[in-house]
Amino acid sequence: MRDVESLRKGEIALRDLSKSFQIGGRSLRVLRNVNLDIRSGECLAIVGASGSGKTTLLRILAGLEAADAGKVLIDNEPITGVGNERAVIFQEPRLLPWQTVLENVAFGLEVRGGHACHAKERARHYISLVGLGDFADAYPKQLSGGMAQRVGIARALTVQPEILLLDEPFGALDAMTKLTMQEELERIWRDENVTMVLVTHDLEEAVYLADRVLVLPKNKDSNAKIIEIDLARPRDRSEVGFVQYRKDLLREFGLH
Amino acid sequence: MSLQDVDRSILANRGPGGVKAEEYLQRASVRLRHWLSRYGLLAAFLVFWQAASSSGWVNPAVFPPIDAILSALWRGFFGGALLDDIAISLQRSGLAFVAAVVVAIPLGLFMGQVRPIEQALDPILQLFRQTSALALYPVFILLLGLGEASKVFVIFWATLFPLLLNTISGVKEVDSKLIEMARVYGASRPTVFRCVVLPGAIPSIFVGLRLSATTALLLLIASEMIGANKGVGFQVMNAQYNFQIPLMFAAIFILAGLGLIANYALVFAQRRLCRWSDVSI
Repeated sequence: MRDVESLRKGEIALRDLSKSFQIGGRSLRVLRNVNLDIRSGECLAIVGASGSGKTTLLRILAGLEAADAGKVLIDNEPITGVGNERAVIFQEPRLLPWQTVLENVAFGLEVRGGHACHAKERARHYISLVGLGDFADAYPKQLSGGMAQRVGIARALTVQPEILLLDEPFGALDAMTKLTMQEELERIWRDENVTMVLVTHDLEEAVYLADRVLVLPKNKDSNAKIIEIDLARPRDRSEVGFVQYRKDLLREFGLH
Repeated sequence: MSLQDVDRSILANRGPGGVKAEEYLQRASVRLRHWLSRYGLLAAFLVFWQAASSSGWVNPAVFPPIDAILSALWRGFFGGALLDDIAISLQRSGLAFVAAVVVAIPLGLFMGQVRPIEQALDPILQLFRQTSALALYPVFILLLGLGEASKVFVIFWATLFPLLLNTISGVKEVDSKLIEMARVYGASRPTVFRCVVLPGAIPSIFVGLRLSATTALLLLIASEMIGANKGVGFQVMNAQYNFQIPLMFAAIFILAGLGLIANYALVFAQRRLCRWSDVSI
């Protein structure tokens, strides 16, 4: 099935992915035979109870951890580790405290061999895109939590990845900041035309941002479930359809 | 309207002339109060010393008045008698300190990153560190003689460990999440070292440098009290033997001054290098 669609970049395929951890001499299975196709340019949210392996799955996609069995294909190429087509946004901003906002944002591109001047120039563009234009010369300790996380997002965008992997990116932020950041992230995702994989424990966030939601089961013998979110964007959190999807997801966890 | 505009408009609205003098006076009084809160107690201590000694509350033969000490200091400096001692003392401690820096920082940076080596060397390092350098001084004298070599070596030995251990812990305590972040962007090991590990370890290295500088002066005096015929530490002992008590205190003040200068120099360097973190004195 090689059509035009598969020529687009940022396509991910997971084939029979399994992963166990050794804890206290016991083998703990976190992922069992996961098969999944993530379309180019889509936003896929991964939700699941703690211990369901959602963060592990993201770390395997990032190349920070290796799977025990199975493979990950990106644009039909198996991955062997971290790669230039991917960038990760962590729960913590993970900024270098001795560098200014501008230096931090340019860091990723400079490490990847970008020319320093060029990297700074592009970094400035993304700093203003996340609304921190006036803070380019500030140090991380001078920023609030939400601002610091924006810097982390700008750093990931500056390398212009095909795939953006987000590990509970707004989990540490207060409720108001979180809503603003979700709106901004959606705008950025549409403008940058990037494939997004978002791990979250916030079901509303999943419904707001995702095209599809992958629900990882806590019980490894049952299969992961995919829920398609068929709502027009930008989404209205109070609309009936939105609330219904949220209910459906809650029911997946036995909640009402 | 930005904050700067507000400032400017306040400045523009202010009346001319008379206000200025008042403002200066106010600023001077703020500065004086700040100075007093910081150095008031020290000044009071010196005044008390001077009064107690010159009025005979304490034995002036043991605690000579401050002015006698200052004049001994003056004569020592400008007669040149103490200058030689200061030079040789600085040479001994400086040589040992530089040697410790050259050995401990690269070794510590390396050991902090390679876990098997750090684990293998840690017990012996702990043993060496806990063994007082002063207790080992006779051993160094046996090995290296009573000359310069044993003096420099005992200072080197004592300054090595605080610096080495602080460098190692500085490297080990660098946030592993930052290292992982750098790896995500494809940073090689040398890049991770240069961009994440080294800058992250610098505050801890400076703690080690400041500890080592203090230790260097301490060991300097101890080593100069045994079998030396020059040096500030020697002068302290010698002046006491000859009952030149003002000279003895002058030498002690010089040592205190050297310690303060070393500390301030290191704090200054740290502030320049670590503008991103708060450095306290």
